[in-house]
Amino acid sequence: MARAARHRQAGPGLTDSAAAARRRVEAVWRIESARIVATLTRVVGDFGLAEDLAQEALVDALAQWPRDGVPPNPGAWLTTVAKRKAIDRRRRLARLDDRHAAIARALAEEQRLAATEHEPPWDPGTVDDDVLRLVFVACHPILPRESQIALTLRVVGGLTTDEIARAFMVPVSTVQQRVVRAKRTIAAASVPFEVPPREELGGRLASVLQVVYLIFNEGYAATSGTSWMRTDLAGEALRLARTVSALVPDEPDAHALLALLELQASRFAARIDADGEPILLADQDRSRWDHGQIQRGRAALARADAIGRGRGAYALQAAIAECHAVAPSTDETDWDRIVRLYEALADVAPSPVADLNRAVAVAMAGGPAAGLAAVDELAATGALSGSALLPGVRGELLARLGRRDEAREELLTAAALTRNERERAVLLRKAERT
Amino acid sequence: MRYMLIMRTPAGFEMPEDVDFTEVVNAMGAFNESLIKAGVLLAGDGLAPPEEGFVVDFDSTPPVVTDGPYTEAKELFNGFWIIQTSTKEEAAEWAKRCPLGPGMRLEVRRVTETEEFDQDNEYIQKEYEWREQLGTDRPVQG
Repeated sequence: MARAARHRQAGPGLTDSAAAARRRVEAVWRIESARIVATLTRVVGDFGLAEDLAQEALVDALAQWPRDGVPPNPGAWLTTVAKRKAIDRRRRLARLDDRHAAIARALAEEQRLAATEHEPPWDPGTVDDDVLRLVFVACHPILPRESQIALTLRVVGGLTTDEIARAFMVPVSTVQQRVVRAKRTIAAASVPFEVPPREELGGRLASVLQVVYLIFNEGYAATSGTSWMRTDLAGEALRLARTVSALVPDEPDAHALLALLELQASRFAARIDADGEPILLADQDRSRWDHGQIQRGRAALARADAIGRGRGAYALQAAIAECHAVAPSTDETDWDRIVRLYEALADVAPSPVADLNRAVAVAMAGGPAAGLAAVDELAATGALSGSALLPGVRGELLARLGRRDEAREELLTAAALTRNERERAVLLRKAERT
Repeated sequence: MRYMLIMRTPAGFEMPEDVDFTEVVNAMGAFNESLIKAGVLLAGDGLAPPEEGFVVDFDSTPPVVTDGPYTEAKELFNGFWIIQTSTKEEAAEWAKRCPLGPGMRLEVRRVTETEEFDQDNEYIQKEYEWREQLGTDRPVQG
């Protein structure tokens, strides 16, 4: 949008001061860390060791660059220093067991590494594969989910332990432990540094995509805490989703997840009011949605569809988000289509929460009585018993039908069940007005 | 944060005869691919030769329209990228990787967000509506 730019006094420029050098180290690290760790893993054959060596090289860079200046090719510098450390380490270990044989091995290794040092640090073609291998190692199913998340952010996203700890509001030591344990587990299980074979790719990719989705949700659902970092976390998940979909362009689920994240993130600016209170979809100022992002999301969904392997859970959720994104208002939303998409979603990924959302969509499409019937059908299965969600929706629909006493009772039940203070206040207010 | 990388070349700049244009296209393609694979590229395009453009000069009222090529410009814009990075330094690192040669420059500018302006201003409020109608970019994170 054309408008006169507001000129401010420029901040400190990219001068070669120590602080600037430090920021450069961090910037280079963010861009290069995944490639460096991937290259080293291929050289030393051990992912955990590769990560340690890369971190040690980073520490050297933080000490040296502010003093000596930033080298012309910082990524290659970091890789070379880490390789030298690999040789040193091997020598040190070798001294401990068999001195003579070790010297011979170390020399051979040194010569082999020295020969490659003058070559470009990587061949872009194989590096893409290496980074992809790294993604699959970080999200390996032998690791608990929280370790997969920490490891992905650290080795693929280049985030520091500090940043990850801040984002998840856990102590730094917790993140450190997760990373250390994860690396140990991977080493103990001799996890190969490879992209899974074609026949296993689907299941393993699903795990990778889920990690990215969980990282996004951590940022998306955050309504408290130091929110700046958590918005960054959602941004980081988007970057990872773009990276994964670029690395496996033939996989529809990767594009579908990217579509879902872009479409969800497009509502960020409208989701919270000036006091930090969440704003529900129906009450959001749709002009504040990010329409560039909506376009990117729709384009990604179209790419997923174009591959022609049908719609999975991410694509269906993205399609639902797309229905909202293109609707001028709640009333003008294609609720029939949303009902059908939820039905399809129930087929591929059955979930009581999705069923409840479908019931809400049914109420929007066919009136509160139809919606209530769908909710009661769900309640009869007992799937959501103990959750505040079901009585909350049921109370809302009963209120719309004018069955005020029943409605009030349901809303109070929901208020008693929820563990979220803000939600409880909203439910109690509703019960009072009913 | 979003940054715009603007490619600038001196007016009248011509590619030296011995340069293989296919190589230039390939190098630029590889740069673009690395931006895409890092998940930072949001948009980008090249600009057609200045002969197809024109200049509107505001020295007089009403402004005067002059067909390209520009007579007084020392440098011309030839293309742009919009990237999203977490810091200014990260944008600088990406910019330095652009395969440009001597005589060429990249100007890197941060793209402003509507949120930075006076939110009570009537036209800033309208701008949200315009953006909605036009479907233009307005990322919120970072």
